[in-house]
Amino acid sequence: MNAKLNAVTPLPPASHTRIRENSLVAQILIHCFFVLACAACLIPLILVAIVSFSDEQSILANGYSFFPDKFSLDAYRYLLGDSQRLIHAYGISILVTVVGTLTSLLITSLLAYPLSRKDFPQRNLLAFFVFFTILFNGGLVPWYLVYTNLFHIKDTILALLVPNLLMSGFYILIMRTFFSNSIPGSIIESAQIDGAGEWRTFFRLVLPLSLPVLATIGLFTTLGYWNDWFNSLVFIYDNRLISLQYLMTKTLLSIQFLQSNTQNSNTGKLLSEMPTETVRMAMAIIGIGPIVMAYPFFQKYLVKGLTVGAVKG
Amino acid sequence: MPRTFVKHRSLWIMVLPGLLYLLVNNYLPMFGTIIAFKDFNYSKGLWQSSWVGFKNFEFLFETRDAYVITRNTLLYNVVFIVFNLVLALMVALLLNEIRKRYLQSIYQSIILLPYLISFSIVGYLVYSFLSMEYGFINTVVLQKLGLPPISWYMEAKYWPYILVLVNAWKYIGYSSIIYLAAIAGINNEYYEAARIDGANRLKQMTKITLPLIRPVIIVMTLLLVGRIFYADFGLFYQVTMNTGILLPTTNVIDTYVYRALIQTGDVGMSSAAGLFQSVVGFILVLSVNQLVRKFDKENALF
Repeated sequence: MNAKLNAVTPLPPASHTRIRENSLVAQILIHCFFVLACAACLIPLILVAIVSFSDEQSILANGYSFFPDKFSLDAYRYLLGDSQRLIHAYGISILVTVVGTLTSLLITSLLAYPLSRKDFPQRNLLAFFVFFTILFNGGLVPWYLVYTNLFHIKDTILALLVPNLLMSGFYILIMRTFFSNSIPGSIIESAQIDGAGEWRTFFRLVLPLSLPVLATIGLFTTLGYWNDWFNSLVFIYDNRLISLQYLMTKTLLSIQFLQSNTQNSNTGKLLSEMPTETVRMAMAIIGIGPIVMAYPFFQKYLVKGLTVGAVKG
Repeated sequence: MPRTFVKHRSLWIMVLPGLLYLLVNNYLPMFGTIIAFKDFNYSKGLWQSSWVGFKNFEFLFETRDAYVITRNTLLYNVVFIVFNLVLALMVALLLNEIRKRYLQSIYQSIILLPYLISFSIVGYLVYSFLSMEYGFINTVVLQKLGLPPISWYMEAKYWPYILVLVNAWKYIGYSSIIYLAAIAGINNEYYEAARIDGANRLKQMTKITLPLIRPVIIVMTLLLVGRIFYADFGLFYQVTMNTGILLPTTNVIDTYVYRALIQTGDVGMSSAAGLFQSVVGFILVLSVNQLVRKFDKENALF
């Protein structure tokens, strides 16, 4: 009777079974530690946010401050109204991130799936072909010359898309591991006995069963594309192809850059009329906004992906 | 062979785009490293340029730069590894002590947030503190303390400290999550047994938790050691705002290669420095992997 009762009683969650014997003082100290640690993580962002909403004159008088004399939306009004460059850069970033992530997921999963198939004789050879790219890389110079001298992608949108397509060999191997562990070979076999071809099996059966790993790797790829400025730094000299991250890089080094293209538009203003210090910081806030707002929704996948990737690549 | 090729035609077509991509993006550059032994001329291209043996390396190692970038890359990475390990372990151990699940998850999310922020934005965050005229440190902190303002972006001596702090700020959340995941995997029975033996939480931490996650600590650290010859380009380029005057303490192999290639157009020097990095990096990864195999076969790369 007793044993039967035990069998149906669900186990209490782990946090309750683990006996806590910390004293109240210890608990309070631990919470204090985390409040300080969180503050350290957030304060730089808060400072930048407050400066971006400050009045330019109070910055010029008192410097960047958590408590400005006067708040103002001038910086955002300038950026969203007068600077076509920012809107354009946003468009480039969104385009590159969407197209890049989808293409990358397609190529990655198409490469990973056959490597997971036990009846595919060359799978180990090909897995090594992927794996070796993790161990050794030729470095920046030959890589740069392949793309500029052989394929001439400098100053094209391809320069923002192509170099990141297979961001890391690890992603391919993680996906392969998922395919071989989570999709039973018998399902694939029975689908093929029913007459489904390889492509149909892959798109109709394997991919729908692999949404968790697609979401996790898609998330890392999205972040990689959205946050990328390095490829622009190396390949992009044409101002029409400047992405948001690269616009921010350029603006940090020289605020005038934001202006240089607006002169010929009818709303073009002189540098003296632009609230330069607050515009700089508003720019950073606009750049970071999408990630911070989406963070609560993708946080779960992020943590999962980080721990999977690190514990077993 | 041809028969299996026909049988698995569809699978071969599937892998084709990825394989071609790796060939172009990864394998061609590997062969392209021979450029370090050539006097590269853009108009002649890689194949027509003439061989110069080890001349590029001789030039590189005659400069003081070679010493400075190697020293900086190694020293920064050593300090990053040690400093971040201590802090991340502390964060993970303490996070594990938090009783309320939702608070644990809020703390964890906030500490991980900097990991998502690109270095182009981190550059702004640091600038808001260190700007000479308006930065928070100069206009508020130093003024309150009655100290004169400091031109942070002109004084190389402060940057080792600044970069260590910024690097910790960005990456501690990431490492602590790995360690927390390892701690969560520990079987509860160990703790129950320890409690019966009268061990308090601190004892449990040092006698159970730390020894049991030791393999993860070793593997994580060794993986970082394998990359000790590579620097985080964004940290050293964006956060310093690419300031020339800071180079003595902020120039690393990756920024040197970039500047030599893009800014001064010295393909010889940059490809020599790049190949130096690739080869030493490769040897390090292989040796570190042998070490990982010794401690924990499961987690070795191969």
